[in-house]
Amino acid sequence: MQDGGDEVMPNMSLQKVAMPEQDPDIRNGNFDEVALGYTPENAIEEARRCLGCKNKPCVAGCPVYVQIPEFIKLVEEGKFAEGYEKIRETNNLPAVCGRVCPQETQCEQLCVRAIKGQPVGIGRLERFVADFALANDLVKKPEKPQSKGKKVAVIGSGPAGLTCAADLAKLGYQVMIFEGLQTPGGVLIYGIPEFRLPKELVRREIETLSELGVEIEVNTVVGKTASVEELFNEGYKAVFLGTGAGLPQFLGVEGENLNGVFSANEFLTRVNLMRAYRFPEYDTPIKLGEKVAVVGGGNVAMDAARCAKRIGAKEVYIVYRRSEVELPARVEEVHHAKEEGIIFKLLCNPTKILGDTKGNVCGMECIEMTLGEPDASGRRRPILKPGSEFVLDLQTVIVAIGTTPNPLIKDTIPGLETNRKGCVVADEKTGETSLPGIYAGGDTVTGTATVILAMGAGKNAAEAIDRYLSEKT
Amino acid sequence: MYRIVEKRVLNPQVKLMKILAPRIANKALPGQFIILRINENGERIPLTVADCDKEAGTVTIIFQEVGKTTLHLGQLKEGEFLLDFVGPLGVPSHFDGYKKAAVIGGGLGTAIAYPQAKALKERGVEVHAIIGFRSKELIMLEEEMRRSSSRLFITTDDGSNGNKGFVSDVLKALIESGEGYDLVIAIGPLIMMKVVSELTRPYGIKTVVSMNSTMVDGTGMCGCCRLSVGGKTKFACVDGPDFDGHLVDFDEAMRRSVMYRDEERRSLERHICRMEGMK
Ligand SMILES: Cc1cc2nc3c(=O)[nH]c(=O)nc-3n(C[C@H](O)[C@H](O)[C@H](O)COP(=O)(O)OP(=O)(O)OC[C@H]3O[C@@H](n4cnc5c(N)ncnc54)[C@H](O)[C@@H]3O)c2cc1C
Ligand SMILES: Cc1cc2nc3c(=O)[nH]c(=O)nc-3n(C[C@H](O)[C@H](O)[C@H](O)COP(=O)(O)OP(=O)(O)OC[C@H]3O[C@@H](n4cnc5c(N)ncnc54)[C@H](O)[C@@H]3O)c2cc1C
Ligand code: SF4
Ligand code: SF4
Ligand code: FES
Repeated sequence: MQDGGDEVMPNMSLQKVAMPEQDPDIRNGNFDEVALGYTPENAIEEARRCLGCKNKPCVAGCPVYVQIPEFIKLVEEGKFAEGYEKIRETNNLPAVCGRVCPQETQCEQLCVRAIKGQPVGIGRLERFVADFALANDLVKKPEKPQSKGKKVAVIGSGPAGLTCAADLAKLGYQVMIFEGLQTPGGVLIYGIPEFRLPKELVRREIETLSELGVEIEVNTVVGKTASVEELFNEGYKAVFLGTGAGLPQFLGVEGENLNGVFSANEFLTRVNLMRAYRFPEYDTPIKLGEKVAVVGGGNVAMDAARCAKRIGAKEVYIVYRRSEVELPARVEEVHHAKEEGIIFKLLCNPTKILGDTKGNVCGMECIEMTLGEPDASGRRRPILKPGSEFVLDLQTVIVAIGTTPNPLIKDTIPGLETNRKGCVVADEKTGETSLPGIYAGGDTVTGTATVILAMGAGKNAAEAIDRYLSEKT
Repeated sequence: MYRIVEKRVLNPQVKLMKILAPRIANKALPGQFIILRINENGERIPLTVADCDKEAGTVTIIFQEVGKTTLHLGQLKEGEFLLDFVGPLGVPSHFDGYKKAAVIGGGLGTAIAYPQAKALKERGVEVHAIIGFRSKELIMLEEEMRRSSSRLFITTDDGSNGNKGFVSDVLKALIESGEGYDLVIAIGPLIMMKVVSELTRPYGIKTVVSMNSTMVDGTGMCGCCRLSVGGKTKFACVDGPDFDGHLVDFDEAMRRSVMYRDEERRSLERHICRMEGMK
C-alpha cells in the first residue's frame, strides 16, 4: 500500500463474506434471482480482504484485464460508481461477468489470498458495483470518440460480438451488430435463466453500448437476410463473426422424436427468451411432465433442470454418464441444484426413450456405467455395464449434451476454413480467419466455452481489426 | 418494427397482408418463409412468403386464422406494425429440369402452393393446379392459381361448388388418364400430403411436400421442428420446409403436430375472452 493515507488493516478472514441467498425451498418455485447480492457494508468488508498486490496476479487470470485491485480499492473507499467505471474501462458487462464468470478458474484462482483460505470475492464485488451503479442511475455517459469514418459489421450479439463492437466503437469505428434473434445478448438472453442472470440487467448493460454509438439490427440472420459478401458490398470494411455454437446435438437413440423430448436449447429458449414460464400471459407454451430427466452434466444441464423444477416438475433427474467429480458444471451450480432438490443419477446413460401409443414419452431406459482409464480429455472413460439396464419412469427428456456452430455461416461464406467439428478456424490471439477482413471469436471458434473467454476473444479481435484497418489506408 | 401496408380478406378465415421489409423482399425465393412476432408477449410463428415486391420492398403473407396468434394478426389494420419479422428462412424450392407438374393445394396450403406454381410457370413448366377446400365459401386465390397454370381444378369436400371430392381423387384421375407428370407438389394438411405421396409412389413420380412443423427460432437452433426423412432426423426450418414426400415419416409428424393442442386452446380461449371483455 503506497497511498500514504490512513493505513487500514486488511480484513484477514480466511472466508469470503457470505453471499445472501434465497432459501432453496422457496426459490425452486420462482424465477427470482438466487443470490441476493452484497449490501454496501458486505462489499466494503470483502474489499478489505484485498491486499492490493503490486504485481496483480489476479489480473493475469482475467481475459479482459479488469483492473482488479484498483476497482476493489474504490469499493473499499465507498466509491462504488467509480469502481464500476474502473471495471468498464476494459469490460463492458460487469453485472453479467460478476454473476456468471467461473471466477474459480479465472481471476480468483490466481488471487494470493487463495493460497491460504478463500480468494477475494472479485466476482461478487464486480456484481455489487454494477448493480449499485445501474440501480442508482450512476452509469457515466461515455464521450464519443473521434470518428474514423469506417464501418465494421459484427455478426451475433453474444458476449463476443458485444465486446468486439464496444471496443471498436471506443476506437472510433462505426459499428453495426447484426443479430438473428429478436433480442440482443446471445446465450445471456436465450440460455442462462433469469434466476442466475436477470434479463433486465443484461438489457441495461447492452444499452450502455448504444451510448458508445454501437447500433444493433435484430431479426437479421446473416447468410439468409444478407450474406457477408453483401455486407462488404454495403461498405463494411471488416466483419467479426461472433455467432456462437447454437446447433443442438441429440443422443441418437431410439425414441428421440417422441413428444416430450427437447433439446436444452429449445427448452431454454422457450423458457428464457419467450418467457414460457409466464404462459399464458406470454403466448409461447412449454410442455412438461411431472417427472423430467435432463441428460448431461454441464452448466446447461443444471440450468435446464433448475428451470424444470421451477416450472412445476415434481421430480427432476440429472442423468450423467460419469461420476460427480467429472461433472463439467461449476461446483457452485451443482451445489445449488442439489439444494433445490434435483436428483443426480450418475454413472448411467440413456439407451432408449420409451413412448406410449400416442407418441408421448413414458419412460427412459438407461444403462449403468463404470469408469475406466482416462481418455484424450483426461477424464476417466465411461464403460457400459452389460445387463444393468433399468427404466426411469418419466414424461419429459431434455437433452443437454452439447452444441456445435450452426453450419449456416460456414455454408454461406465460400472459402472460410472450419475444423472437423464445424468450428471456424481463427488465430487465438487475433481472431484472424482464413479470409482477409473476416475475424471470429467466442463459441463459434472454441465450441461452447465461457462468457469471459468469448469476451476476451472479442477484445483481441477488435485490436486486430483496428490494426488491419489502420494499415490498409 | 415492420409496417402492414396492405390488408385484404380472401375468405372468411384467410387474410392477406403486405409487410414492409425491404431486405427480405429483395432476397426471398419461392418455398421460403418468414417468422413473425406481433408484440412483446407474442409467439414466433412461421408463414410462407406468398409473394414479394422488390420495388415496394414488401413481402406478402397469406394466413388462416386457426389460433391465438393468427387471429390476433387478422385483427391488425393497415398502418399498424409487427414487432419482429425475420427471413427469408428455409431452402428455396428447386424447379430445374421438370417439364410437367401437378401443383396441389389443400385449403390454406393453396397459399403456400401458389408461389411455387407461379415460379414453375415462369420457368416454362406446364402446370396443372388442383386446389381443394371444405366448402365453396372457403375457395381462395382462384384467379392467381388460374394465371399460374394451364388447367385448374377446384374441389370441395361437401360438393358445394358442384365438384365434390378430394384433391387426391382428381390427381388420381389425371394420372390414370395419361397425364405424364414428372413432378407433383402437394401442400396442405399432413393427412392430405400423406395420401398424395402414397398415391404417386407406385408411379414413381417425384413428389415434394412442404412440412409445417411447429417452430421456435427457424434457424436450426432448437430442433423443435425436427422430423424423420428417409430414417434420418432433419430440421424443417433449415433442411426444408420442402421434402421428398416418399421419404417423410408422416405418422410421426402428425403425432408431433398435436403436442401443444391443450396449450393452444387455452391461449385462444384467453384471447377471445379478453377481446369480449374489451367490447
Ligand atoms: C444454458 C447455458 C448456461 C451457461 N452458463 C454459463 C455460465 O454460467 N458461465 C459462463 O461463463 N458461460 C456459461 N455458458 C456459456 C456461455 O454462455 C457461452 O460460452 C457464451 O455465451 C459464448 O458467447 P458468444 O458471443 O461466442 O456466443 P453466443 O452467446 O452464443 O451468441 C451468439 C449470437 O449470435 C447470433 N447468431 C448466430 N448466428 C447468426 C447469424 N447467422 N446471423 C446473425 N446472428 C447470428 C445468435 O442468435 C446469438 O445471439 C452457458 C451456456 C448456456 C447455453
Ligand atoms: C414453414 C411454415 C410455413 C407456414 N406457412 C403458413 C402460411 O403461409 N399461412 C398460414 O396460415 N399458415 C402457415 N403455417 C402455419 C402457421 O405457422 C400456423 O398456423 C400458426 O403458427 C398458428 O399459430 P396460432 O397461434 O394462430 O395457432 P395455434 O394456437 O398455435 O394453433 C391452432 C391450430 O393450428 C394448428 N397448427 C399449429 N401450428 C401449426 C403449423 N405449424 N402448421 C399447421 N397447423 C398448425 C394446431 O394444431 C391447432 O389446431 C406455416 C408453418 C410453417 C412451419
Ligand atoms: S470479468 Fe470475470 S474473470 Fe475478469 S475480473 Fe471480472 S469476474 Fe474475474
Ligand atoms: S491477487 Fe487477490 S489480494 Fe492480490 S490484488 Fe488481486 S484480488 Fe487483491
Ligand atoms: S425451428 Fe428451431 S431448429 Fe427449426
